Amino acid sequence: MNAIYVMWMRQLKRYLRSKARIVGSMAQPLLFLVALGFGFGPIYAKAGGGNYIQFLTPGIIGMSIMFLAIFTGVDMIWDREFGFLKETLVAPVPRSQLVFGRMLGGATVATGQGIIVLLLSMVAGFRPVSIWQLPFAVMVMFLIALLFTAFGTAIGSVMEDIHGFQLITNFLVMPMFFLSGALFPLDNLPTFVRYVAACDPLFYGVDAMRSFLIGVAHMNVGLDIAILATISFALLGIGSWLFSRIEL
Amino acid sequence: MTIIIQVDRLLKTYGDFKAVNEISFNVQKGEIFGFLGPNGAGKTTTIKMLTTLTRPTAGKVTLDGHDPAVNPNEARHSFGIVFQDQSLDDELTAWENMEYHGMLYAVPKPLRHQRIEELLKFVELWDRKNDFVKTFSGGMKRRLEIARGLLHHPTILFLDEPTLGLDPQTRNHIWNYVCRLSKEEGMTIFFTTHYMQEAEDNADRIAIMDHGVIVAQDTVEKLMQNTQTENLEAAFLKLTGNELREENSNHTDNMRMRRRAWTGRR
Repeated sequence: MNAIYVMWMRQLKRYLRSKARIVGSMAQPLLFLVALGFGFGPIYAKAGGGNYIQFLTPGIIGMSIMFLAIFTGVDMIWDREFGFLKETLVAPVPRSQLVFGRMLGGATVATGQGIIVLLLSMVAGFRPVSIWQLPFAVMVMFLIALLFTAFGTAIGSVMEDIHGFQLITNFLVMPMFFLSGALFPLDNLPTFVRYVAACDPLFYGVDAMRSFLIGVAHMNVGLDIAILATISFALLGIGSWLFSRIEL
Repeated sequence: MTIIIQVDRLLKTYGDFKAVNEISFNVQKGEIFGFLGPNGAGKTTTIKMLTTLTRPTAGKVTLDGHDPAVNPNEARHSFGIVFQDQSLDDELTAWENMEYHGMLYAVPKPLRHQRIEELLKFVELWDRKNDFVKTFSGGMKRRLEIARGLLHHPTILFLDEPTLGLDPQTRNHIWNYVCRLSKEEGMTIFFTTHYMQEAEDNADRIAIMDHGVIVAQDTVEKLMQNTQTENLEAAFLKLTGNELREENSNHTDNMRMRRRAWTGRR
Protein backbone atom coordinates (compact mmCIF):
# COMPACT_ATOMS: atom_id res chain seq x y z
CA MET A 1 0.00 0.00 0.00
CA ASN A 2 3.03 2.22 0.50
CA ALA A 3 3.49 2.38 -3.24
CA ILE A 4 -0.02 3.69 -3.84
CA TYR A 5 0.50 6.38 -1.21
CA VAL A 6 3.91 7.41 -2.55
CA MET A 7 2.71 7.71 -6.12
CA TRP A 8 -0.46 9.54 -5.07
CA MET A 9 1.39 11.98 -2.86
CA ARG A 10 3.94 12.66 -5.54
CA GLN A 11 1.29 13.59 -8.11
CA LEU A 12 -0.28 15.96 -5.61
CA LYS A 13 2.98 17.63 -4.69
CA ARG A 14 4.05 18.04 -8.27
CA TYR A 15 0.76 19.70 -9.15
CA LEU A 16 0.58 22.00 -6.14
CA ARG A 17 4.16 23.13 -6.58
CA SER A 18 3.89 24.08 -10.20
CA LYS A 19 2.22 27.46 -9.99
CA ALA A 20 2.45 27.99 -13.74
CA ARG A 21 0.61 24.72 -14.33
CA ILE A 22 -2.13 25.63 -11.88
CA VAL A 23 -2.69 29.06 -13.36
CA GLY A 24 -2.52 27.65 -16.87
CA SER A 25 -5.03 24.93 -16.25
CA MET A 26 -7.42 27.31 -14.47
CA ALA A 27 -7.18 30.03 -17.10
CA GLN A 28 -8.53 27.94 -19.93
CA PRO A 29 -11.87 26.89 -18.40
CA LEU A 30 -12.38 30.41 -17.09
CA LEU A 31 -11.75 31.86 -20.51
CA PHE A 32 -14.27 29.48 -22.05
CA LEU A 33 -16.78 30.25 -19.36
CA VAL A 34 -16.49 33.99 -19.62
CA ALA A 35 -16.05 34.31 -23.39
CA LEU A 36 -18.63 31.76 -24.43
CA GLY A 37 -20.94 32.28 -21.48
CA PHE A 38 -21.29 35.99 -21.94
CA GLY A 39 -20.77 35.92 -25.70
CA PHE A 40 -23.34 33.30 -26.66
CA GLY A 41 -25.58 33.85 -23.64
CA PRO A 42 -27.92 36.38 -25.30
CA ILE A 43 -28.24 34.30 -28.49
CA TYR A 44 -28.93 31.18 -26.48
CA ALA A 45 -31.61 32.99 -24.49
CA LYS A 46 -33.14 34.44 -27.68
CA ALA A 47 -33.35 30.94 -29.15
CA GLY A 48 -35.41 29.92 -26.16
CA GLY A 49 -32.69 27.87 -24.47
CA GLY A 50 -32.74 29.74 -21.17
CA ASN A 51 -29.69 30.74 -19.20
CA TYR A 52 -26.53 29.71 -21.07
CA ILE A 53 -24.19 29.96 -18.09
CA GLN A 54 -26.34 27.37 -16.34
CA PHE A 55 -26.09 25.09 -19.36
CA LEU A 56 -22.41 25.73 -19.98
CA THR A 57 -20.91 25.41 -16.48
CA PRO A 58 -21.22 21.61 -16.06
CA GLY A 59 -19.72 21.21 -19.52
CA ILE A 60 -16.77 23.47 -18.73
CA ILE A 61 -16.13 21.64 -15.46
CA GLY A 62 -16.15 18.37 -17.38
CA MET A 63 -13.79 19.79 -19.97
CA SER A 64 -11.28 21.10 -17.45
CA ILE A 65 -11.27 17.77 -15.64
CA MET A 66 -10.81 15.82 -18.85
CA PHE A 67 -7.94 18.00 -20.09
CA LEU A 68 -6.03 17.92 -16.83
CA ALA A 69 -6.65 14.22 -16.25
CA ILE A 70 -5.48 13.17 -19.71
CA PHE A 71 -2.42 15.38 -19.55
CA THR A 72 -1.48 14.09 -16.09
CA GLY A 73 -1.65 10.57 -17.45
CA VAL A 74 0.32 11.38 -20.57
CA ASP A 75 2.86 13.24 -18.39
CA MET A 76 4.32 9.83 -17.71
CA ILE A 77 6.38 10.10 -20.88
CA TRP A 78 8.47 12.74 -19.06
CA ASP A 79 9.06 10.32 -16.21
CA ARG A 80 10.09 7.80 -18.81
CA GLU A 81 12.59 10.16 -20.38
CA PHE A 82 13.87 11.74 -17.20
CA GLY A 83 14.38 8.58 -15.30
CA PHE A 84 11.97 8.58 -12.39
CA LEU A 85 9.92 5.88 -14.10
CA LYS A 86 12.94 3.53 -13.93
CA GLU A 87 13.33 4.19 -10.23
CA THR A 88 9.74 3.10 -9.63
CA LEU A 89 9.80 0.19 -12.08
CA VAL A 90 12.68 -1.59 -10.29
CA ALA A 91 11.16 -1.10 -6.84
CA PRO A 92 9.95 -4.27 -5.12
CA VAL A 93 6.27 -3.38 -5.36
CA PRO A 94 3.62 -4.66 -7.76
CA ARG A 95 3.36 -2.45 -10.81
CA SER A 96 -0.39 -2.48 -10.43
CA GLN A 97 0.06 -0.50 -7.19
CA LEU A 98 2.38 2.00 -8.82
CA VAL A 99 0.01 2.68 -11.66
CA PHE A 100 -3.05 2.76 -9.43
CA GLY A 101 -1.43 5.30 -7.11
CA ARG A 102 -0.46 7.41 -10.07
CA MET A 103 -4.00 7.30 -11.48
CA LEU A 104 -5.51 8.08 -8.11
CA GLY A 105 -3.16 11.05 -7.75
CA GLY A 106 -4.04 12.41 -11.17
CA ALA A 107 -7.74 11.91 -10.49
CA THR A 108 -7.50 13.71 -7.13
CA VAL A 109 -5.78 16.69 -8.70
CA ALA A 110 -8.27 16.88 -11.57
CA THR A 111 -11.24 16.61 -9.19
CA GLY A 112 -9.79 19.39 -7.07
CA GLN A 113 -9.54 21.54 -10.13
CA GLY A 114 -13.14 20.71 -11.07
CA ILE A 115 -14.30 21.90 -7.66
CA ILE A 116 -12.39 25.15 -8.01
CA VAL A 117 -13.84 25.76 -11.47
CA LEU A 118 -17.30 25.15 -10.00
CA LEU A 119 -16.68 27.73 -7.28
CA LEU A 120 -15.33 30.24 -9.79
CA SER A 121 -18.31 29.72 -12.06
CA MET A 122 -20.57 30.58 -9.16
CA VAL A 123 -18.80 33.92 -9.03
CA ALA A 124 -19.59 34.30 -12.73
CA GLY A 125 -23.27 33.78 -12.03
CA PHE A 126 -23.83 30.03 -11.99
CA ARG A 127 -26.43 28.79 -9.48
CA PRO A 128 -26.56 25.08 -8.64
CA VAL A 129 -30.08 23.70 -8.37
CA SER A 130 -29.52 22.41 -4.84
CA ILE A 131 -26.66 22.50 -2.36
CA TRP A 132 -27.49 18.93 -1.32
CA GLN A 133 -26.77 17.61 -4.78
CA LEU A 134 -23.22 19.02 -4.81
CA PRO A 135 -21.54 16.01 -3.17
CA PHE A 136 -23.01 13.84 -5.93
CA ALA A 137 -21.69 16.24 -8.54
CA VAL A 138 -18.22 15.96 -6.95
CA MET A 139 -18.53 12.18 -7.08
CA VAL A 140 -19.26 12.39 -10.80
CA MET A 141 -16.25 14.70 -11.19
CA PHE A 142 -14.05 12.11 -9.56
CA LEU A 143 -15.40 9.41 -11.83
CA ILE A 144 -14.69 11.53 -14.92
CA ALA A 145 -11.23 12.32 -13.56
CA LEU A 146 -10.41 8.68 -12.89
CA LEU A 147 -11.66 7.63 -16.31
CA PHE A 148 -9.53 10.12 -18.19
CA THR A 149 -6.42 9.71 -16.02
CA ALA A 150 -6.60 5.99 -16.76
CA PHE A 151 -7.07 6.84 -20.41
CA GLY A 152 -4.06 9.17 -20.39
CA THR A 153 -1.97 6.62 -18.51
CA ALA A 154 -2.80 3.96 -21.07
CA ILE A 155 -1.63 6.32 -23.81
CA GLY A 156 1.45 7.34 -21.79
CA SER A 157 2.41 3.69 -21.35
CA VAL A 158 2.60 3.01 -25.07
CA MET A 159 3.82 6.40 -26.27
CA GLU A 160 7.60 6.55 -26.22
CA ASP A 161 8.04 10.23 -26.91
CA ILE A 162 6.14 13.44 -27.33
CA HIS A 163 5.68 13.21 -31.13
CA GLY A 164 2.21 11.75 -30.85
CA PHE A 165 1.01 14.34 -28.38
CA GLN A 166 -0.37 16.78 -30.92
CA LEU A 167 -2.22 13.94 -32.61
CA ILE A 168 -3.88 12.99 -29.36
CA THR A 169 -4.95 16.53 -28.68
CA ASN A 170 -6.38 17.10 -32.15
CA PHE A 171 -7.90 13.71 -32.87
CA LEU A 172 -9.01 12.54 -29.44
CA VAL A 173 -9.21 15.27 -26.83
CA MET A 174 -10.81 18.06 -28.86
CA PRO A 175 -13.40 15.86 -30.62
CA MET A 176 -14.36 14.34 -27.27
CA PHE A 177 -14.83 17.83 -25.91
CA PHE A 178 -16.99 19.07 -28.81
CA LEU A 179 -19.10 15.91 -28.97
CA SER A 180 -19.75 15.83 -25.25
CA GLY A 181 -22.54 18.38 -25.41
CA ALA A 182 -20.51 20.64 -23.15
CA LEU A 183 -21.00 23.69 -25.38
CA PHE A 184 -24.29 23.04 -27.17
CA PRO A 185 -27.21 20.62 -26.90
CA LEU A 186 -26.84 17.62 -29.19
CA ASP A 187 -30.60 17.19 -29.70
CA ASN A 188 -30.85 18.74 -33.10
CA LEU A 189 -27.65 17.38 -34.59
CA PRO A 190 -27.69 14.78 -37.41
CA THR A 191 -28.33 11.24 -36.19
CA PHE A 192 -24.87 10.15 -37.30
CA VAL A 193 -23.20 12.72 -35.06
CA ARG A 194 -25.36 11.65 -32.15
CA TYR A 195 -24.26 8.06 -32.62
CA VAL A 196 -20.64 9.16 -32.50
CA ALA A 197 -21.35 11.23 -29.41
CA ALA A 198 -22.79 8.15 -27.75
CA CYS A 199 -19.25 6.69 -27.84
CA ASP A 200 -17.83 9.71 -26.04
CA PRO A 201 -17.36 9.06 -22.30
CA LEU A 202 -17.38 12.77 -21.56
CA PHE A 203 -20.94 12.96 -22.94
CA TYR A 204 -22.14 10.81 -20.02
CA GLY A 205 -19.98 12.73 -17.57
CA VAL A 206 -21.37 16.09 -18.58
CA ASP A 207 -24.91 14.70 -18.65
CA ALA A 208 -24.59 13.29 -15.13
CA MET A 209 -23.18 16.57 -13.84
CA ARG A 210 -26.02 18.55 -15.43
CA SER A 211 -28.43 16.29 -13.68
CA PHE A 212 -26.90 17.04 -10.25
CA LEU A 213 -25.99 20.67 -10.85
CA ILE A 214 -28.95 22.07 -12.81
CA GLY A 215 -31.46 19.26 -12.54
CA VAL A 216 -31.82 18.79 -16.29
CA ALA A 217 -30.34 15.94 -18.31
CA HIS A 218 -30.79 13.92 -21.48
CA MET A 219 -30.55 10.57 -19.87
CA ASN A 220 -31.20 8.79 -16.65
CA VAL A 221 -28.42 9.78 -14.27
CA GLY A 222 -28.08 6.23 -12.94
CA LEU A 223 -27.40 5.01 -16.45
CA ASP A 224 -24.85 7.80 -16.97
CA ILE A 225 -22.99 6.78 -13.84
CA ALA A 226 -23.17 3.09 -14.67
CA ILE A 227 -21.66 3.75 -18.10
CA LEU A 228 -18.94 6.03 -16.64
CA ALA A 229 -18.05 3.47 -13.99
CA THR A 230 -17.89 0.64 -16.51
CA ILE A 231 -15.62 2.57 -18.86
CA SER A 232 -13.45 3.68 -15.90
CA PHE A 233 -12.96 0.11 -14.74
CA ALA A 234 -12.16 -1.05 -18.23
CA LEU A 235 -9.62 1.74 -18.71
CA LEU A 236 -8.08 1.16 -15.27
CA GLY A 237 -7.56 -2.45 -16.31
CA ILE A 238 -6.16 -1.59 -19.73
CA GLY A 239 -3.94 1.19 -18.32
CA SER A 240 -2.52 -1.10 -15.62
CA TRP A 241 -1.92 -3.87 -18.09
CA LEU A 242 -0.09 -1.60 -20.52
CA PHE A 243 1.91 -0.06 -17.65
CA SER A 244 2.95 -3.47 -16.36
CA ARG A 245 4.38 -4.29 -19.78
CA ILE A 246 6.60 -1.23 -20.07
CA GLU A 247 10.18 -2.04 -21.03
CA LEU A 248 12.94 0.52 -20.95
CA MET B 1 30.94 -19.63 -1.68
CA THR B 2 27.46 -19.41 -3.10
CA ILE B 3 26.60 -18.11 -6.53
CA ILE B 4 24.20 -15.18 -6.29
CA ILE B 5 24.02 -14.00 -9.90
CA GLN B 6 24.02 -16.64 -12.57
CA VAL B 7 23.81 -15.67 -16.22
CA ASP B 8 23.54 -18.38 -18.84
CA ARG B 9 23.78 -17.66 -22.58
CA LEU B 10 21.93 -14.38 -22.23
CA LEU B 11 20.87 -12.90 -25.59
CA LYS B 12 19.26 -9.60 -26.50
CA THR B 13 18.66 -8.63 -30.10
CA TYR B 14 17.19 -5.47 -31.57
CA GLY B 15 16.28 -6.43 -35.13
CA ASP B 16 19.44 -7.87 -36.62
CA PHE B 17 21.68 -6.24 -34.03
CA LYS B 18 22.87 -8.46 -31.20
CA ALA B 19 23.34 -6.04 -28.31
CA VAL B 20 24.17 -8.89 -25.95
CA ASN B 21 25.32 -12.07 -27.65
CA GLU B 22 24.90 -15.19 -25.51
CA ILE B 23 27.01 -14.16 -22.54
CA SER B 24 27.48 -16.33 -19.45
CA PHE B 25 29.02 -15.50 -16.09
CA ASN B 26 28.59 -16.01 -12.36
CA VAL B 27 28.97 -13.68 -9.41
CA GLN B 28 29.62 -15.00 -5.90
CA LYS B 29 27.80 -13.77 -2.85
CA GLY B 30 29.61 -10.84 -1.23
CA GLU B 31 31.83 -10.30 -4.23
CA ILE B 32 32.64 -6.91 -5.76
CA PHE B 33 32.29 -7.60 -9.44
CA GLY B 34 33.47 -5.13 -12.08
CA PHE B 35 31.74 -5.19 -15.44
CA LEU B 36 33.84 -3.24 -17.90
CA GLY B 37 33.72 -2.45 -21.56
CA PRO B 38 33.85 0.36 -24.12
CA ASN B 39 30.75 2.42 -24.92
CA GLY B 40 28.10 0.41 -26.70
CA ALA B 41 29.55 -2.93 -25.58
CA GLY B 42 26.23 -4.05 -24.13
CA LYS B 43 26.85 -3.42 -20.42
CA THR B 44 23.80 -1.33 -19.77
CA THR B 45 21.55 -3.66 -21.78
CA THR B 46 22.84 -6.53 -19.65
CA ILE B 47 22.11 -4.62 -16.44
CA LYS B 48 18.62 -3.79 -17.72
CA MET B 49 17.94 -7.47 -18.24
CA LEU B 50 19.29 -8.34 -14.80
CA THR B 51 17.13 -5.67 -13.17
CA THR B 52 13.80 -6.57 -14.85
CA LEU B 53 13.66 -3.46 -17.04
CA THR B 54 14.06 -5.37 -20.30
CA ARG B 55 13.10 -8.91 -21.20
CA PRO B 56 15.90 -11.04 -22.68
CA THR B 57 15.47 -12.49 -26.17
CA ALA B 58 16.87 -15.79 -24.91
CA GLY B 59 18.99 -17.23 -22.11
CA LYS B 60 18.52 -17.49 -18.39
CA VAL B 61 19.31 -15.24 -15.44
CA THR B 62 19.09 -16.20 -11.77
CA LEU B 63 19.30 -13.46 -9.14
CA ASP B 64 19.36 -14.77 -5.61
CA GLY B 65 17.28 -17.73 -6.77
CA HIS B 66 14.77 -15.80 -8.89
CA ASP B 67 14.54 -15.34 -12.63
CA PRO B 68 13.87 -11.65 -13.35
CA ALA B 69 12.04 -12.55 -16.56
CA VAL B 70 9.73 -15.05 -14.83
CA ASN B 71 9.29 -13.63 -11.32
CA PRO B 72 10.17 -9.95 -11.64
CA ASN B 73 8.51 -9.06 -8.32
CA GLU B 74 10.54 -11.58 -6.33
CA ALA B 75 13.73 -10.64 -8.15
CA ARG B 76 13.16 -6.94 -7.36
CA HIS B 77 13.29 -7.73 -3.64
CA SER B 78 16.90 -8.86 -4.04
CA PHE B 79 18.57 -5.87 -5.58
CA GLY B 80 19.03 -2.13 -5.61
CA ILE B 81 20.45 -0.06 -8.43
CA VAL B 82 22.14 3.25 -9.06
CA PHE B 83 21.40 4.07 -12.67
CA GLN B 84 23.83 5.46 -15.18
CA ASP B 85 21.57 8.41 -16.00
CA GLN B 86 19.36 10.47 -13.76
CA SER B 87 16.36 8.84 -12.12
CA LEU B 88 15.55 11.42 -9.45
CA ASP B 89 12.34 13.41 -9.35
CA ASP B 90 13.39 16.98 -10.04
CA GLU B 91 10.29 18.50 -8.56
CA LEU B 92 10.71 16.86 -5.18
CA THR B 93 13.23 17.78 -2.51
CA ALA B 94 16.31 15.70 -1.75
CA TRP B 95 14.70 14.46 1.42
CA GLU B 96 11.47 13.51 -0.34
CA ASN B 97 13.39 11.58 -2.97
CA MET B 98 15.07 9.58 -0.21
CA GLU B 99 11.90 9.18 1.84
CA TYR B 100 9.81 7.91 -1.09
CA HIS B 101 12.54 5.51 -2.10
CA GLY B 102 12.69 4.15 1.44
CA MET B 103 8.92 3.76 1.49
CA LEU B 104 8.84 1.95 -1.84
CA TYR B 105 11.49 -0.43 -0.49
CA ALA B 106 9.61 -0.83 2.79
CA VAL B 107 12.44 0.34 5.05
CA PRO B 108 10.82 0.82 8.50
CA LYS B 109 10.39 4.46 9.45
CA PRO B 110 12.91 4.88 12.32
CA LEU B 111 15.64 3.04 10.40
CA ARG B 112 14.72 4.92 7.23
CA HIS B 113 15.04 8.32 8.86
CA GLN B 114 18.25 7.35 10.58
CA ARG B 115 19.79 6.17 7.30
CA ILE B 116 18.53 9.16 5.33
CA GLU B 117 20.27 11.49 7.76
CA GLU B 118 23.42 9.40 7.78
CA LEU B 119 23.57 9.15 3.98
CA LEU B 120 22.69 12.76 3.24
CA LYS B 121 25.40 13.84 5.67
CA PHE B 122 27.75 11.36 4.05
CA VAL B 123 27.25 12.86 0.57
CA GLU B 124 27.24 16.34 2.11
CA LEU B 125 23.71 17.23 1.11
CA TRP B 126 22.18 17.34 4.59
CA ASP B 127 21.91 21.12 4.70
CA ARG B 128 20.28 21.07 1.27
CA LYS B 129 17.79 18.37 2.21
CA ASN B 130 14.73 20.56 1.76
CA ASP B 131 15.81 22.02 -1.57
CA PHE B 132 14.30 20.89 -4.83
CA VAL B 133 16.48 18.55 -6.82
CA LYS B 134 16.08 20.77 -9.89
CA THR B 135 18.22 23.39 -8.13
CA PHE B 136 21.11 20.92 -7.72
CA SER B 137 24.26 20.77 -9.84
CA GLY B 138 25.10 17.63 -11.81
CA GLY B 139 27.53 16.42 -9.15
CA MET B 140 25.04 16.97 -6.35
CA LYS B 141 22.36 15.03 -8.23
CA ARG B 142 24.83 12.22 -8.76
CA ARG B 143 25.67 12.12 -5.06
CA LEU B 144 22.01 12.10 -4.11
CA GLU B 145 21.37 9.33 -6.58
CA ILE B 146 24.09 7.22 -4.96
CA ALA B 147 22.86 8.00 -1.45
CA ARG B 148 19.38 6.92 -2.47
CA GLY B 149 20.68 3.66 -3.94
CA LEU B 150 22.41 2.83 -0.64
CA LEU B 151 19.34 3.48 1.49
CA HIS B 152 17.77 0.05 1.61
CA HIS B 153 20.85 -2.23 1.84
CA PRO B 154 19.90 -4.78 -0.81
CA THR B 155 21.43 -8.24 -1.20
CA ILE B 156 22.81 -7.23 -4.59
CA LEU B 157 23.67 -3.66 -5.47
CA PHE B 158 24.03 -2.67 -9.13
CA LEU B 159 26.08 0.44 -9.77
CA ASP B 160 26.00 1.53 -13.41
CA GLU B 161 28.84 4.05 -13.77
CA PRO B 162 28.03 5.43 -10.34
CA THR B 163 30.90 7.86 -10.08
CA LEU B 164 30.66 9.34 -13.57
CA GLY B 165 31.50 13.03 -13.44
CA LEU B 166 32.49 13.11 -9.77
CA ASP B 167 35.80 14.44 -8.54
CA PRO B 168 38.44 11.99 -7.24
CA GLN B 169 37.79 12.94 -3.59
CA THR B 170 34.11 12.12 -3.83
CA ARG B 171 34.79 8.95 -5.79
CA ASN B 172 37.17 7.71 -3.16
CA HIS B 173 34.79 8.60 -0.40
CA ILE B 174 31.95 6.70 -2.05
CA TRP B 175 34.00 3.64 -2.84
CA ASN B 176 35.17 3.40 0.78
CA TYR B 177 31.56 3.40 1.87
CA VAL B 178 30.53 0.81 -0.71
CA CYS B 179 33.40 -1.52 0.19
CA ARG B 180 32.55 -1.21 3.86
CA LEU B 181 28.91 -2.08 3.18
CA SER B 182 29.98 -5.05 1.14
CA LYS B 183 32.22 -6.32 3.94
CA GLU B 184 29.91 -5.61 6.85
CA GLU B 185 26.70 -6.85 5.30
CA GLY B 186 27.98 -9.35 2.76
CA MET B 187 26.41 -7.22 0.06
CA THR B 188 27.23 -8.22 -3.51
CA ILE B 189 28.33 -5.29 -5.68
CA PHE B 190 27.98 -5.40 -9.45
CA PHE B 191 29.39 -2.27 -11.04
CA THR B 192 30.39 -0.74 -14.34
CA THR B 193 32.85 2.11 -14.74
CA HIS B 194 35.14 3.77 -17.23
CA TYR B 195 37.65 4.63 -14.50
CA MET B 196 40.02 1.68 -14.70
CA GLN B 197 41.83 2.61 -11.51
CA GLU B 198 38.54 2.40 -9.65
CA ALA B 199 37.99 -1.12 -10.95
CA GLU B 200 41.58 -2.13 -10.25
CA ASP B 201 41.38 -0.90 -6.65
CA ASN B 202 38.00 -2.26 -5.69
CA ALA B 203 36.94 -5.24 -7.80
CA ASP B 204 37.46 -8.80 -6.62
CA ARG B 205 36.79 -10.00 -10.13
CA ILE B 206 36.28 -8.35 -13.49
CA ALA B 207 34.49 -9.23 -16.70
CA ILE B 208 35.33 -7.29 -19.84
CA MET B 209 32.66 -7.00 -22.47
CA ASP B 210 33.03 -5.87 -26.07
CA HIS B 211 30.66 -6.02 -29.05
CA GLY B 212 28.08 -7.92 -27.02
CA VAL B 213 30.37 -10.71 -25.83
CA ILE B 214 32.56 -11.21 -22.78
CA VAL B 215 36.16 -11.20 -23.95
CA ALA B 216 37.76 -11.93 -20.58
CA GLN B 217 36.80 -12.53 -16.98
CA ASP B 218 39.18 -12.98 -14.08
CA THR B 219 40.83 -11.24 -11.15
CA VAL B 220 42.76 -8.07 -11.91
CA GLU B 221 46.11 -9.83 -11.37
CA LYS B 222 45.26 -12.66 -13.73
CA LEU B 223 44.00 -10.26 -16.39
CA MET B 224 47.27 -8.34 -16.26
CA GLN B 225 49.27 -11.56 -16.24
CA ASN B 226 47.41 -13.02 -19.22
CA THR B 227 47.78 -9.87 -21.28
CA GLN B 228 51.34 -9.21 -20.02
CA THR B 229 50.49 -5.68 -18.99
CA GLU B 230 51.33 -3.47 -16.04
CA ASN B 231 47.90 -2.18 -15.13
CA LEU B 232 44.22 -2.76 -15.81
CA GLU B 233 43.95 0.08 -18.29
CA ALA B 234 46.61 -1.43 -20.51
CA ALA B 235 45.04 -4.86 -20.18
CA PHE B 236 41.65 -3.38 -21.07
CA LEU B 237 43.01 -1.69 -24.18
CA LYS B 238 44.81 -4.83 -25.26
CA LEU B 239 41.63 -6.85 -24.94
CA THR B 240 39.25 -4.39 -26.58
CA GLY B 241 41.51 -2.60 -29.09
CA ASN B 242 42.10 1.08 -29.64
CA GLU B 243 39.35 2.01 -32.08
CA LEU B 244 36.90 4.66 -30.92
CA ARG B 245 33.32 3.70 -30.23
CA GLU B 246 30.27 5.57 -31.28
CA GLU B 247 27.08 4.99 -29.37
CA ASN B 248 23.95 5.18 -31.45
CA SER B 249 22.42 8.63 -31.22
CA ASN B 250 20.46 8.61 -28.08
CA HIS B 251 16.84 9.45 -28.24
CA THR B 252 16.97 10.88 -24.74
CA ASP B 253 19.10 13.71 -26.12
CA ASN B 254 16.39 14.57 -28.61
CA MET B 255 13.82 14.51 -25.85
CA ARG B 256 15.84 16.84 -23.64
CA MET B 257 15.67 19.49 -26.30
CA ARG B 258 11.97 19.04 -26.78
CA ARG B 259 11.31 19.19 -23.09
CA ARG B 260 12.80 22.63 -22.89
CA ALA B 261 10.38 23.79 -25.56
CA TRP B 262 7.53 22.04 -23.76
CA THR B 263 8.10 23.36 -20.27
CA GLY B 264 8.68 26.79 -21.70
CA ARG B 265 5.27 26.68 -23.29
CA ARG B 266 3.21 25.80 -20.25
